[in-house]
Amino acid sequence: MEPVAESPQLQLTEQGQLRHFLTVEGLSKTLLTEILDTADSFISMEQQSVKKVPLLRGKTVVNLFFEASTRTRTTFELAAKRLSADVINLDISTSATSKGETLLDTLKNLEAMSSDMFVVRHANSGAAHFIAEQVTPNIAIINAGDGRHAHPTQAMLDMLAIRRHKGDFENLSVAIVGDILHSRVARSQIHALKILGVPDIRIITPNTLRPFDIESMGVTVYNRMIEGIAGADVVITLRLQNERMQSALLPSQHEFYSLYGLSADKLKYAKPDAIVMHPGPINRGVEIDSDIADGSQSVILNQVSYGVAVRMAVMSMAMSGQTTQTNGDTEATP
Amino acid sequence: MTLWIRGGHLIDPANNIDTVTDLQIHDGKITAIGHCDDESAASIDVQGLIVCPGLVDLSVSLRKQHKASVSTETRAAAAGGITSMCCLPDTSPIIDSSSAATLVQDLARQSGFCNVWPIGALTQGLAGAQLSEMGTLKEAGCIGMSNLRAPFENTRVLLRCLEYASSYDVTVFFNAVEHSLADDGCVHEGPYATRLGLKGIPESAETVALTRDLLLIEQTGVRAHFGQLSCARSVDLIANAQKRGLPVTADACIHHLLGTEADIKNFNSLNHIQPPLRTENDRQALQRGLQEGIISVICSHHQPHSKAAKMAPFAATEPGISGLDTLLPQALKLVTNNLLTLPQLIERLTIGAARAANLNTGSLGIGDIADICIFDANESWQVSAETLHSNGHNTPLMGRTLKGRVRHTLLAGRQVFPSRA
Repeated sequence: MEPVAESPQLQLTEQGQLRHFLTVEGLSKTLLTEILDTADSFISMEQQSVKKVPLLRGKTVVNLFFEASTRTRTTFELAAKRLSADVINLDISTSATSKGETLLDTLKNLEAMSSDMFVVRHANSGAAHFIAEQVTPNIAIINAGDGRHAHPTQAMLDMLAIRRHKGDFENLSVAIVGDILHSRVARSQIHALKILGVPDIRIITPNTLRPFDIESMGVTVYNRMIEGIAGADVVITLRLQNERMQSALLPSQHEFYSLYGLSADKLKYAKPDAIVMHPGPINRGVEIDSDIADGSQSVILNQVSYGVAVRMAVMSMAMSGQTTQTNGDTEATP
Repeated sequence: MTLWIRGGHLIDPANNIDTVTDLQIHDGKITAIGHCDDESAASIDVQGLIVCPGLVDLSVSLRKQHKASVSTETRAAAAGGITSMCCLPDTSPIIDSSSAATLVQDLARQSGFCNVWPIGALTQGLAGAQLSEMGTLKEAGCIGMSNLRAPFENTRVLLRCLEYASSYDVTVFFNAVEHSLADDGCVHEGPYATRLGLKGIPESAETVALTRDLLLIEQTGVRAHFGQLSCARSVDLIANAQKRGLPVTADACIHHLLGTEADIKNFNSLNHIQPPLRTENDRQALQRGLQEGIISVICSHHQPHSKAAKMAPFAATEPGISGLDTLLPQALKLVTNNLLTLPQLIERLTIGAARAANLNTGSLGIGDIADICIFDANESWQVSAETLHSNGHNTPLMGRTLKGRVRHTLLAGRQVFPSRA
């Protein structure tokens, strides 16, 4: 199936460089690898005493969060500061902007302050796409999560974690467990795994939390945990929101944990050297057992530190793409 | 006064006419069909053009009942060759009183571009709880009643509405939707919804309601019309009901006959409509239903919106497409694609709709009212803010070139398009 969101023209420059980062879907393996390589170089920089580079010096980054988030926003803020940008954090309650006109008004106001980059989180799928279409062309938009659609920087930090612990993607079996239906993380992970060449991507979920025709994205669906996890190299558990118990999607936390919670008795069916991942924040005893989350196979804390590096990579690449595009535009139209 | 329409290709499915001939109009009615010998008679020369009954559109949202909106949208209808439209009750104010029903007709008469037939609200305020004053509404000119896509408090209320409507020979216009299944979905539940992370509306949201509605229609014997079928199984359900002799007709809107879920790519909110665009299989089944006459009407499902209504992330945008200006050229694609002959298409845009809504129009026989559409099936034009007549510019066709252009529209023998101001 061809990409359904964000035609490459919107997030890439004519030369194929990143200028917005809205979704992983439709991007090339080369570009994803470039993001991972760039992030790797920033990780080695973290070992140094001076952790700053001047790539975004003089640029203004606005963290535009229409949906509450502490961790993601903090890592974006840290990433921007390490790139020497000026950072403004705006937490805008969704209630005040439930109408599009207000969202647009907010954007126009921020544009007028000569911002260079918006990092956007919004409860509506397609919000980052909408903003990228509406703002002036020289502002880079980084999607920090839109509805159920995409969370591309999270997916890329997950890919970085997989590459650093497993070496490559060519022969892996990756299982994603839990609430796929509501998960923008899972959708972005599936696209990224597919593009990077993972041959075996599995979804483990009850049918109430399984998106319609998710198989068309190139995954195999399992309802039973032990069948799905058997022989996996990577097990990704997703956060389960409490409200899922209230809309006739699941009977109880207890049953979910007993069927899908990642515990030692289930993890033993995966490969002995399998790694365990979770995008956070963790619900211990709901989707994952504490012993597993803190255990030797868990790379959950590494994921957090890779998050800063990946966001630095994406922000610097998008800003560089914007600059190239803007200069190109200027030359084209004297 | 007498006027001749000379040299056109007359297609009048109601009277089985498909030939090049002249048409005489006197006092707003058709008075003769055949060659006009009198060279000096007042006439419009329409050689090379198609002459057919004015189009009848069963589903138009006028939104607001004030002079400006009734006047612009009826003018857009005239520009689109439409001479009769059914106005849905979701206007502001809602058509649940005789005064609201009278107001919209008065405003339409004052504007004088298009006949407007109001459909009254089936329940008061479309709230789904209390019967509307159907007897009074019918007296005030409502040609049927509908609750549109608004929910009923429970199935008993719906049953009572149908029983009451059947007492006064009122046609009930249904839009089949089971709200607990549609929930707050905004697109077809399919692979595109999955990838875009948009909440889907399953096919069962339509078919479960349709099945229930058909059973209640059978129980009460009420005359019913289903608007904007969107899926294959709905066509089967309607066909089955018709086979069993239920008094049921159905329409599809042009968007569902031509579009699919793939059109929501790139979060294109201009293709955000209710019911949602569904699969290729559904589209083909609707087309087959149209060919076989199970679906006897094509409507525009016209929903004009301001620019702001579409300026938001997809799910937060208002559903609807502005469709009056583009109904005919879009529908002509069904002929280009060999799905219908031109007379078959015109039948579903004119007499088919008139029969479903029991309107005295859609035919150009001797003595019939001269509501006429004259168009060039081959002339191309570009959709733009300048060429659209509707206040709503919310169309995914913006910028596209369409084939088929209305050249004259006559309402009771009087030219209403192009306007002679």
